[in-house]
Amino acid sequence: MFDKILRGLGDLREWADERFPVTAFWQDHLVKYYAPKNLNFWYFFGSLAFLMLVIQLVTGIFLTMNYKPTAGTAFASVEYIMRDVNWGWLIRYIHSTGASFFFIVIYLHMFRALLYGSYRKPRELLWVFGMLIFVVLMAEAFMGYLLPWGQMSFWGAQVIISLFGAIPYIGDELALWIRGDFVVADATLNRFFAFHVIAFPLLLIGLVLFHMIALHSVGSNNPDGIEIKKHKDENGVPLDGIPFHPYYTVKDLVGVVVFLMLFSAVIFYAPEMGGWFLEKDNFVPADPLKTPEHIAPLWYFTPFYAILRAVPDKFLGVVAMGASIVVLFLLPWLDRGRVRSVRYRGLWFKWALGIFVVSFVGLAYLGTVAASPLATLFSRIFSVLYFAFFLLMPIYSKLDKTKPPPERVTGK
Amino acid sequence: MSADEIDHGRRRMLLAATAAMGGVGAVYVATPFVLSMDPSEKAKAAGAPIDVDISKLEPGQMMTVEWRGKPVWVLRRNEQMLKILPELDKFLRDPNSDELSQQPVYAKNVQRSINPEYMVMIGICTHLGCSPTYRPEFSPPDLGPDWKGGFFCPCHGSTYDLAGRVYSGMPAPSNLVIPPHHYVSATRLLVGVDSEVI
Repeated sequence: MFDKILRGLGDLREWADERFPVTAFWQDHLVKYYAPKNLNFWYFFGSLAFLMLVIQLVTGIFLTMNYKPTAGTAFASVEYIMRDVNWGWLIRYIHSTGASFFFIVIYLHMFRALLYGSYRKPRELLWVFGMLIFVVLMAEAFMGYLLPWGQMSFWGAQVIISLFGAIPYIGDELALWIRGDFVVADATLNRFFAFHVIAFPLLLIGLVLFHMIALHSVGSNNPDGIEIKKHKDENGVPLDGIPFHPYYTVKDLVGVVVFLMLFSAVIFYAPEMGGWFLEKDNFVPADPLKTPEHIAPLWYFTPFYAILRAVPDKFLGVVAMGASIVVLFLLPWLDRGRVRSVRYRGLWFKWALGIFVVSFVGLAYLGTVAASPLATLFSRIFSVLYFAFFLLMPIYSKLDKTKPPPERVTGK
Repeated sequence: MSADEIDHGRRRMLLAATAAMGGVGAVYVATPFVLSMDPSEKAKAAGAPIDVDISKLEPGQMMTVEWRGKPVWVLRRNEQMLKILPELDKFLRDPNSDELSQQPVYAKNVQRSINPEYMVMIGICTHLGCSPTYRPEFSPPDLGPDWKGGFFCPCHGSTYDLAGRVYSGMPAPSNLVIPPHHYVSATRLLVGVDSEVI
């Protein structure tokens, strides 16, 4: 009996394989896709980012069922979701907390690349696709933040759209075109809704696909920053590689469980996170005549926002902020180090990375506080250090006294 | 040329010409989509002038009205406020309102107004579009001992004096915009049109 069912399933697979490469896909990307055996804690964040994307897509679909994207109804419809829709509060809090967790995961994922030189040749395009995902994700988050139509939604959008106005000659027209009205208004809300729920998610999924294709073509880097493909057995299997499934699917599941525990703790016990994940002023409906006393973007934008504020000129401020993101794209070509991984780099790089982390966190903090002379001074110092990390990299990464990396991965 | 020989040059030319035509077509098709995002006719028509009653405004008091979705401030300045204005010139980026796009010609003067007492301006920071706060007091702790009354933008810290003139060294590039306006009577103001138009 049991045998018969198994044979039937086998026949079904054969039937399908002749028409669609199910088994081949499964083999190529899971059971015969070899990942380095020494991947550590930092390698959780790739699959966690994918998990966050799925969570945001699913909760987002259910939120659109009750959300109404007009200036007159948006705020009330979010309150309606929170108070009257069955479990609406949970779905909404998963989505809003999810945005912050998505960025936490993405920033740690990017930091991992920085630690182990995962952007180095031949993974430049993998990094570039990843950076594109980051930029699209920022746009997605920004547009989503307008939708509740609170005070912070409104004034945040007003400020960010005005950034385009700083571009000489075409700026004002461009800002007008983006808003679709003379100020942020119903037209703006409606089009941001369209972008947030259709255009950008589609773009995001496409880019994630490209990111995965690039990854599976070059293979994962690892904490030693060496190529496992250099040493293969007689079957062409990397000696230091293990099949992604079941080894890493199981490992990642452990990561997912721990991550979801933390995620749930925030959703259930601190969904606003003291104003860090949902700002207090956003519980006041948008008022186009009155800017809140203190306005700051959500924490994941603050490092770039602090760079904008550090420059005492409108246009150059926008240029500096844009450059702070563009420079990240160039990382694979700025790094001239002889080794990839921080494990075998010298003191120069380790110090530079340390200073960069302090500057980035410092800027992130300064972007949340009100403008004051002291805050501006520190923003300027950290901004200079931020750019110095990248622009001086061709020099210090080359001068660095590196240690020779091992031939085979170290099995820690 | 025989029948089975391929003329590659001709093929390339035809391919390029087809691709170019396709490109032109794509631009034409994109046009209505791009233009659909410009302000609609309805949005453009919503900018009608508004009537403001300023009879109840006390010296030193400011009122906010909405015009084209933007806050418009009417500030009645007292004598002391007016006296301070010329003293601030050296701290300002554009003390004489030389940047002509920021005000109508009839407001290009020391007080930046038709009637020196009443200041009319759009309450949107020229930096990134926040609405500054009215801070008439002297030397508050957060703005420093030299503060002589003015406007402070909470977003990026730009400061303006009581004629909407920006202080130098601020992120905001220019003075606050003065909308077209005129007095219908001593206590009634029409915001949105210059007097000449009517």
